[in-house]
Amino acid sequence: MMRAKFICLLGAVALLAACETTPGKDKSESTTTTTTMVDPGALGGAGVGGVGAAGMAAPGTKADFEVNVGDRVLFLSDSSEISPEARAILARQADWLKRYANVQVMIEGHCDERGTREYNIGLGDRRAAAVKNYLIALGIEPYRIDTTSFGKEKPLVLGSDETSWSQNRRGMTTVR
Amino acid sequence: MSAVFPTFRRLSGAGLVLALGLALGLGGAGPLAGPARAELRIDITRGTVEPIPIAINAFAVGGAGLGDTGRAIAGVIAADLERSGLFSPLAAGQFPPSADSVPPAWGPWRDRSVQAVVTGALAVEADGRLRAEFRLWDIFATQQLAGLAYHSTPANWRRMGHIIADAIYQRITGEGGYFDTRIVYVAENGPPDKRMKRLAIMDQDGENHRFLTDGRTMVLTPRFSPSMQQITYLAFVNDKPQVYLFDLESGANRLVGTFPGIAFAPRFSPDGRRLVFSLGTAGHTNIHSLEIGGTRTVQLTSGGAIDTAPSYAPDGRQIAFESDRGGTQQIYVMNADGSAPRRISFGDGRYGSPLWSPRGDLIAFTKIAGGRFSIGVVRPDGSGERILTSAYHVEGPTWAPNGRVLMYFRELPTAGGRARSAGLYSIDVTGRNERRLVTPMDASDPAWSPLNP
Repeated sequence: MMRAKFICLLGAVALLAACETTPGKDKSESTTTTTTMVDPGALGGAGVGGVGAAGMAAPGTKADFEVNVGDRVLFLSDSSEISPEARAILARQADWLKRYANVQVMIEGHCDERGTREYNIGLGDRRAAAVKNYLIALGIEPYRIDTTSFGKEKPLVLGSDETSWSQNRRGMTTVR
Repeated sequence: MSAVFPTFRRLSGAGLVLALGLALGLGGAGPLAGPARAELRIDITRGTVEPIPIAINAFAVGGAGLGDTGRAIAGVIAADLERSGLFSPLAAGQFPPSADSVPPAWGPWRDRSVQAVVTGALAVEADGRLRAEFRLWDIFATQQLAGLAYHSTPANWRRMGHIIADAIYQRITGEGGYFDTRIVYVAENGPPDKRMKRLAIMDQDGENHRFLTDGRTMVLTPRFSPSMQQITYLAFVNDKPQVYLFDLESGANRLVGTFPGIAFAPRFSPDGRRLVFSLGTAGHTNIHSLEIGGTRTVQLTSGGAIDTAPSYAPDGRQIAFESDRGGTQQIYVMNADGSAPRRISFGDGRYGSPLWSPRGDLIAFTKIAGGRFSIGVVRPDGSGERILTSAYHVEGPTWAPNGRVLMYFRELPTAGGRARSAGLYSIDVTGRNERRLVTPMDASDPAWSPLNP
């Protein structure tokens, strides 16, 4: 318990929503979720919930990245602009990638369903490129970052409303 | 996700050998009762058309082993003609006595307001080939309109039915038919988080359905070659979109090339020798073309926009495509060498997935405006924009080879955890006769083949 609290204190600077789901946690340490963090409940987020339950993810691993850093940024409709919230998450990603200098990542661009199939593959590619360029600007070597696009073909949240769509317009950074 | 190449099963190749055009002489006009009327004709571009009442007799069968095929082939013809929205086949129970007499008994058919009658015969000949002949009769003009005979292997009786339906359609409308064609599309099923998408092909009436891939690799946007038995499509391999070429006759399936970045939205040139497609690198998507089997690509658009969904005009001299270079998705037309791009969509909304009609007179598109999707057509100079259908989500028009019918897919809004449900629909270029196609599971991304060779 003490250990979980300690990790969460450290994490509170960088990570927000994960602490909220740690069971038995002191509410006063809860930090507000920003609009860029997906509600883990909507995803059945096993990774996030696992922090408190199973102990910490090993540092430098894929799970560590997903759980403690945050692997996704969201976009406005038809846009590939990196928002202020996204910049904060990408700054954490860059820090982590500098700490674990051997890790390669793939950035996937995704779109919501309210567009045509071909254009959305292009838009997802544009979003992935925007994330990559931001990480490069923060000092990550380009050869460590690959990009692709899934267009609207792999929605995270299934629903026909803006809440669902907003969570599907995303750039996912995946540790390889 | 492991990178597994899609596996194909070879289509069992029943090569259809047609001996076309054995025109059958007039079966003999019966005694005329009064002045002969003008020949039976439909103008299918008119606003509203009353379906022509037509009676299709079961084909007489001769020779061993044909069983119920005479009735079945009449059923294929009747279903094709009915599906076109231009014909209203009479139920067999309402036929007069001696319905299949040659020539027809004009009076009893006229009494039932039938305007056209079809009689036919099937026979297995000494060499084992199937012979199918038909005659089309104009009841009011009391004359034979058409009579043709065909030969093929007995297994091809369905195709012969479609070819006969095309001949009837052509004789009465003056337009080429579209029934002897196939549809390739993306079949979708499975739970929402493990959605499987695989290529499938079927006759345009839904028969002879088979899967072309096994679903282990996600596949999208299959397109038919206008000249050859080939399909191009997009597959995600190692998580990246790549363009493939599949040969329906040989079963060969191969990557079209290895490109830096992602390759998608492929289409064939009219002669089937080139592919035009989008290449995405560093977030810019431009249109390229290549000669199939060659190693060089030609870059046709440049700049930082998303240029995609390229589509050749049937004369091969121009390419329609969509681009957001002006701020929002709009339709552009350029010369086939990439010169002189000009915008042709100016309505209120965003425009995508342009597809040039095989007749060259119209470009179909998907339009997004006010939160709704529409399928529409416009002339290549940008004039005469016309919407055919609107819904929560319709997308991806494809043309029948006669340029008179379109097919597209429709998706329903999803609610809480249910995967998107999607189906194929066809509609006339006049906006009439919208029909759902029956598919074994959810379906999207249809592409209409040319007339079967």
